Amino acid sequence: MSEKMLNRALLSLLIIAPWLAHWIDEPYYVSLATRIAILALAGVGLNIALGLGGMVSFGHAAFFGIGGYVTGILASHALNYEPLFSGIFAMSGSTQMLFIWPIAMLVGAIAAIFIGLLSLRTSGVYFIMITLAFAQMIYYFSISWPNYGGEDGLPIYLRNSFPGVNTLQPIQFFMICCTILLITLWGVSRLQDSRFGNALKALRQNETRVAAVGISPLGIKLAAFVISAMITALAGSLFADLNRFVSPTMFSWHTSGQIMIFVILGGIGRLYGPVAGAIMFILCEALLGSWTEYWQFFLGLLLLWVVLFARGGLIGLLCGDKAHD
Amino acid sequence: MDVILLLEQLLNGLQLGIMLFLIAAGLTLIFGVMGLINLAHGSLYMIGAFACAAVATWSGSFWLGLMASLTFAAAAGALIEVVIMRRLYHREHLDQVLATFALILICSEGTRWLFGSFPLYLDVPDIFYGAVNLFGVLQYSRYRLFIIVIGLFTALCIYLLINKTRIGMRIRAGAADRQMTAALGINISLLYTLVFALGAALAGFSGALVGSIQSVEVGMGEPVLILAFVVVVIGGIGSIRGALVGALLVGMVDTLGRGYLPQILQLLLDPVFANTLGAALSSIAIYLLMIVILVFKPKGLFPAHG
Amino acid sequence: MKKKLITSLLGAALCLTPHVGAAPVKVGMITTLSGGGSGLGVDVRDGFMLAVKTANRSDLEVIVEDDARKPALAVQIADKMIQKEKVDILTGIIWSNLAMAVVPSTVNQGVLYLSPNAGPSALAGQGCHKNYFNVAWQNDNLHEAMGNYANSADHKNSFILAPNYPAGKDALTGYKRLYKGNLAGEIYTKLGQKDYAAEIAQIRASGADSVYIFLPGGMGIAFMKQYSQAGMTTPIMGPAFSFDQGILKAVGKAALGVRNSSQWNKDIDNAANKVFVADFEAAYGRLPSLYASQGYDTANLILSAMDSADINDQDAFRAALKSAQFDSVRGDFRFGNNQHPIQDIYVREVVMEGDVLTNKIIGVGLKDHQDAYAANCSL
Repeated sequence: MSEKMLNRALLSLLIIAPWLAHWIDEPYYVSLATRIAILALAGVGLNIALGLGGMVSFGHAAFFGIGGYVTGILASHALNYEPLFSGIFAMSGSTQMLFIWPIAMLVGAIAAIFIGLLSLRTSGVYFIMITLAFAQMIYYFSISWPNYGGEDGLPIYLRNSFPGVNTLQPIQFFMICCTILLITLWGVSRLQDSRFGNALKALRQNETRVAAVGISPLGIKLAAFVISAMITALAGSLFADLNRFVSPTMFSWHTSGQIMIFVILGGIGRLYGPVAGAIMFILCEALLGSWTEYWQFFLGLLLLWVVLFARGGLIGLLCGDKAHD
Repeated sequence: MDVILLLEQLLNGLQLGIMLFLIAAGLTLIFGVMGLINLAHGSLYMIGAFACAAVATWSGSFWLGLMASLTFAAAAGALIEVVIMRRLYHREHLDQVLATFALILICSEGTRWLFGSFPLYLDVPDIFYGAVNLFGVLQYSRYRLFIIVIGLFTALCIYLLINKTRIGMRIRAGAADRQMTAALGINISLLYTLVFALGAALAGFSGALVGSIQSVEVGMGEPVLILAFVVVVIGGIGSIRGALVGALLVGMVDTLGRGYLPQILQLLLDPVFANTLGAALSSIAIYLLMIVILVFKPKGLFPAHG
Repeated sequence: MKKKLITSLLGAALCLTPHVGAAPVKVGMITTLSGGGSGLGVDVRDGFMLAVKTANRSDLEVIVEDDARKPALAVQIADKMIQKEKVDILTGIIWSNLAMAVVPSTVNQGVLYLSPNAGPSALAGQGCHKNYFNVAWQNDNLHEAMGNYANSADHKNSFILAPNYPAGKDALTGYKRLYKGNLAGEIYTKLGQKDYAAEIAQIRASGADSVYIFLPGGMGIAFMKQYSQAGMTTPIMGPAFSFDQGILKAVGKAALGVRNSSQWNKDIDNAANKVFVADFEAAYGRLPSLYASQGYDTANLILSAMDSADINDQDAFRAALKSAQFDSVRGDFRFGNNQHPIQDIYVREVVMEGDVLTNKIIGVGLKDHQDAYAANCSL
């Protein structure tokens, strides 16, 4: 099977299955598909850093959680009619997704610039660990800081709204998430083929040569890291709205690991890898969980099997090796 | 400020550092020699603690339990190396992350399957109960002193093993150049199995020692895993000396932060706010330490050669 | 005329016994069965299922699923149970942070939620809801009882310690609410911390006459061992969570003599409790814990409501639940206006029975106690 065909098949599955579920009145499968779309989006974000840029970030939970908390905090201020901060620039909360998303991405970007500038001085395993350290710092801070719920987290009593759409309807909220995923996939595919994308791929292969032709490695890498973080923050914002709840576990290293697993499971550096990975992981979690209380044991066996025998992830298994780029 | 209390806290910091060194030594060894990111290190720590608890309860002897922790963890390590890790040495770090993450799930749930969901009993022998008098002014827990001694002894053993023995020479050679070492007729895959089993045994041993004053339960390895990584990265990956220094630094910063940060902040801020901020800051102090060190020394304090 | 009389008599008879032909009840249980802390979930489930098996009714169906202590997974399972399985009642969650993730949206979707363990204050005061019942306690209750007991035990200088997270803050606030003495110190530790050398040193230096700790799970095991290994003798007090049956074995003799507060113990003298303790031991081969008793009571509360109301008439079913017409294993039990328990809270001491560590009631901490948030609830 060619990779293009498989990608189309995956997308059609992700779009058609929830509509079928909607027609036979099984809203649970719609929200499961929404979950997959959102987590795939987080994976697509990470894949820019990981697959294209070769930056193995073990701290993307930081951006996922920031997106979530921006959403939760803005919504709770709007619902309680408390201004977010006052003074010369007063700002109030909001329940409008179109307002929340840019703020979530902006805050995610600011955090990514800060974390990226410090982390990109290191490389290899040190980079993995320093990104993890940043995420852990935010994690422990969010647990112990009493405003906004601490470890109890912050409920969002009503899902935020989008003009012209009833977001409380599962299928309509799914369409929002799915559309964002599609737009992002399209954007990333354009990015891959752009001058910027080529420079990034070249950097991954040989940093010295790229520097020799006059491109600043740090600038390119930082830009990719920030774009990657912004997409993951957007996914975090949607995830908060899906669960109507944010909690510090969004920042935990398990979340970073899980997003990374979507990417590896699907196939590193493949555009649709995170989509395939998220579909498989979430379905396994949902199916195994109702089957046995030892479901994590079997999930572990399955992951181990994939990594040992399906090189290049699921897409690699089905389509063979990636064409060299 | 109370001098005796400060002295005791310094000793506590030293002790926590030694404990962290015991946990991290195996990780840095495996990291340094095989270049393998082993997230399942915490699981081996747990296996050691469970083996010790089970055998100690069954036989009534803590010392037999300690032996069992070494044996079982080493055996589990050797098995994992032969069946799984061996296929991953030439792969990307990411594949290793995924495989060892899968191993965490398998080990945790497998242990729960065998031992049930309730924490196990493991206590130190009676001779370690109570405190000894140090310098005439300070009461200090006997078992914690024992851990300090054992930790320093282990550090010495590893140093001698790596630097003064034949097998240590081979390990160093294998870390420096795998192909050249193999070409010289050394059985590199046996060597790797040995190193992995040794690292696992160290993890299991520390699990038993630490588990006996903390708690033996499923999931005990995960927080420890992150701490061990912090120690290893601060010290410089693959460097045993670095792991020791890193562990002591982390132990001191964590203990003194917990003990004194809220009090120091109270001098400057409103007490309730200072307490909240102090608790929040002391829980992230070690990560701050790691970031500061990596910003100035991107390869850790003692970068290993090669 | 005669025919009419018979039909009306028949009708009256049907009204009196509504469970004849009443709709079956479907209960979804989301609880922690894997990973750290799974002992609590296992106990709640086992206690609950024991009552269900004993009742042996064909019109009650229970489905159980594991949340692995992850809020997002708990939400996902709740969605599934509500939207796909169409359960009437959800129950089972152990931890406050998971409860806060699941409960508000569950009760807003018109599904009943009965809490067998967590009782966050946010759901007891202004945030109370007609569909939310707490069968265990409000989070502060056990701590308040211990604070009150400390006065009567003549403790005047307590050192208090809890992890730095909302339940920890609530715990120490709860203790201080009724405690009248001084504080020798107040420390918030990192959640999940397992080494307490620094804190024990501070306690030793503070000159406290008693120590109150709230350290659930492995944290409590670690603290108690280190405390007794360090040769400390200042008496320890705590809520039942660190000294309950499931955990005592792991703490060992370090726990002996510790006083702790609980709304239940296996030696409470009533018929229901005797049956429960004997049946539980026979069925699972271990002594029941506090959590098992809460699961058992939750199931019996549901069964009692099924006897007097139809689940499809939710108002009637809620009223039946609120009247709490069941034999609780803890003795007297009723709901306050906010649908949280009003109950006695006992003080227990850890003792050795043969070669098994267990608890014995030594007094009453608070009688007929209601939580401090009930007044803010508009129900």
